[in-house]
Amino acid sequence: MLRLEGVALHQGEFRLTADWALQPGDRVAVIGPSGAGKSTLLLAIAGFLALARGRLTWLGQDLAPLSPGDRPVSILFQDHNLFPHLTLAQNLGLGLSPRLRLTPAEAARIDAALDRVGLPGMGARKPGTLSGGQQSRAALARTLLRARPILLLDEPFAALGPALKADMLGLVTEIAAETGALVLMVTHDPADARRFADRTIVVSEGIAAQPQPTDALFLNPPQALREYLGP
Amino acid sequence: MARRAGTVSWPGVAVAAALCLLTLGTLGAVLARAGGASLTLADWSAVRFTVLQAAVSALLSVGLAVPVARALARRRFAGRGLLIALMGAPFLLPVIVAVLGLLAVFGRQGMLNDALQALGLPVVSVYGFHGVVLAHVFFNLPLAVRMILSGWQDIPAERFRLAAALGLGPGAVFRHLEWPMLRAVLPGAMVAVFLICLTSFAVALTLGGGPRATTVELAIYQALRFEFNLGRAALLAALQFALCAVAVLAAGWLVLPGAFGGGMDRPVQRWNADGPLARLMDAGVIAAAAVFLLLPPGMVVARGLPGLSDLPAGLWAAAARSVLVAVLSTALCLVAALALGVAIVRGRWSRTLEAAGMLPLAASSLVLGTGLLLILHPVITPQRLALPVTALVNAALALPFALRLLLPALRDIETAHGRLADALGLTGLARLRWLVVPRLRPVLGFAAGVVAALSMGDLGVIALFADQGAATLPLLVQRLMGAYRMEAAAAAALVLVALSFGIFWCLDRWGRHAAS
Repeated sequence: MLRLEGVALHQGEFRLTADWALQPGDRVAVIGPSGAGKSTLLLAIAGFLALARGRLTWLGQDLAPLSPGDRPVSILFQDHNLFPHLTLAQNLGLGLSPRLRLTPAEAARIDAALDRVGLPGMGARKPGTLSGGQQSRAALARTLLRARPILLLDEPFAALGPALKADMLGLVTEIAAETGALVLMVTHDPADARRFADRTIVVSEGIAAQPQPTDALFLNPPQALREYLGP
Repeated sequence: MARRAGTVSWPGVAVAAALCLLTLGTLGAVLARAGGASLTLADWSAVRFTVLQAAVSALLSVGLAVPVARALARRRFAGRGLLIALMGAPFLLPVIVAVLGLLAVFGRQGMLNDALQALGLPVVSVYGFHGVVLAHVFFNLPLAVRMILSGWQDIPAERFRLAAALGLGPGAVFRHLEWPMLRAVLPGAMVAVFLICLTSFAVALTLGGGPRATTVELAIYQALRFEFNLGRAALLAALQFALCAVAVLAAGWLVLPGAFGGGMDRPVQRWNADGPLARLMDAGVIAAAAVFLLLPPGMVVARGLPGLSDLPAGLWAAAARSVLVAVLSTALCLVAALALGVAIVRGRWSRTLEAAGMLPLAASSLVLGTGLLLILHPVITPQRLALPVTALVNAALALPFALRLLLPALRDIETAHGRLADALGLTGLARLRWLVVPRLRPVLGFAAGVVAALSMGDLGVIALFADQGAATLPLLVQRLMGAYRMEAAAAAALVLVALSFGIFWCLDRWGRHAAS
């Protein structure tokens, strides 16, 4: 399991604490006001921000000494999830081998991953020639290839329209089910959380709260979430 | 806690250490040797001349650049873009070629004296203080124009519109809009030109000389080449280093304006500068600047073309040596700048590393050359290492320029794509190959072009080391001039210009053909 024990994150004046655990296969939403620290929490798990205090473990292994690329984590950012100068096949290939020395078997896996996310035969295309939704699909295909047990989504679909976003969440749900990954997804939208996540973490006023069952949470929201959601 | 502190990038640290060793190590060698010698009156007059000519050149270049930049900023005419692009060319023009062109115009048998004689007036001499200053203005006027022009275009167009709406006259516009900009830009431009002129060697070698027009760099060369007085050369080299270090520290206080930025094609819209007198003045200023800058290279072409059918002996061998030196020093410089730049952007100690990268600004061709000569002399005949030493010195001296070009682009790449690369575990050479080099390619190509052209045209340390057999092309041109074989010199100069701009064009084009 992913365990945060007495974790404190400091970034300038900003402070955030977290103390909870999540199971493999969980689908978890992270919700809260802008600037509350949702992205910061994900960046710390991904290894871009050192802990000020506490311990971060996965299946009992301390993650602190591991660099971002060595953690059992795939992360999708708000933007810049693909290198614009590389083809889709190369972008996906980086998920298998950072030196891009690919065997024929690996090339076949890349093609299969593109098929799986609905981009068949588009391996030679550059990201700039794709729509926003297609770019998201390609980035998801890379997480499929990397097959890391934790998938972190830092609002990668925020720029997509509602219908496309729903498509992408459906695709993430399927992929997570296939790979058994633990998914943590930052969102502004309570509807996303209800549709996608079994459990939800509310981030507000310097605390990333205990994960709660999503439906129960929204039926009877705590004070912080009530303020965020409005009347 | 900031973001992960970043790892130490050892290749960059190694480059920084090598730079410190090269600049400070040669300085150490120089200081150790300089102990016994003492300065003569002639040496002090060289110091005085160096500082004076640099100051006058800076004042004149920048002073004359102001009306040219203003005229270019507020006029539209056919060929305006081309003229501004050409303003970047003298920076890449080999010094010896420009000198040859200036001699063709202002020299004893030049156009100017021909005209004076035809009118029955006394001829003027281009040699000495005013000749050195003339050449420096030729090189640095365009540089200063580009710096000031970019300042002019940074004044928001809305302010000129507001001034027009308020009915402000030219005097008020100058006081409220233009003078504040000039006050911010001019000191930096002046220091930049002063620094360039402080290390002037090839101009002084060809147009100066004698007790009244010798720079410290030239004095070092003469002490080594004609007297083989190592102690005196060492003392002069120490003096030159001190001069440059003081100027660089002074420059550090000022923000040096950029001269290579884009967006200079856009004229500033003006509503109150359209009087007939203002138009006439601007047209005159632009025409005068164009003639002053285009005529000398034009004369080299005119005088060199007939000689192309009968090129002097040894030209192609010298050209091959020049290309070899340029290729070596460009490769060395860019690999070093890239390693250093990546270390500065990604890792720890970035300020220290950046300072190390700027260290060669305080060094000069002849100081580095003297130091290396002192170090090599007991071990090996320095002449045998003329080409590698020249490539090394050129690479080191061009490194600060290359670094300044690369760093902003490297920072952009890191900001946009660094996290994704980290998340994918893209490190070391793989990161360089799949992320940094492809994204950096346009800047890398331009920087490589600049470094290669500068190295092709360099006439500095090579003059110190080369014996009769191992001349590069600029040295060959200089020797032909010394032998008064002006037509052959012009033809060789033409080949040199073609090679310099050709190599720049190829590398810049390689960069621009980057995949989207």
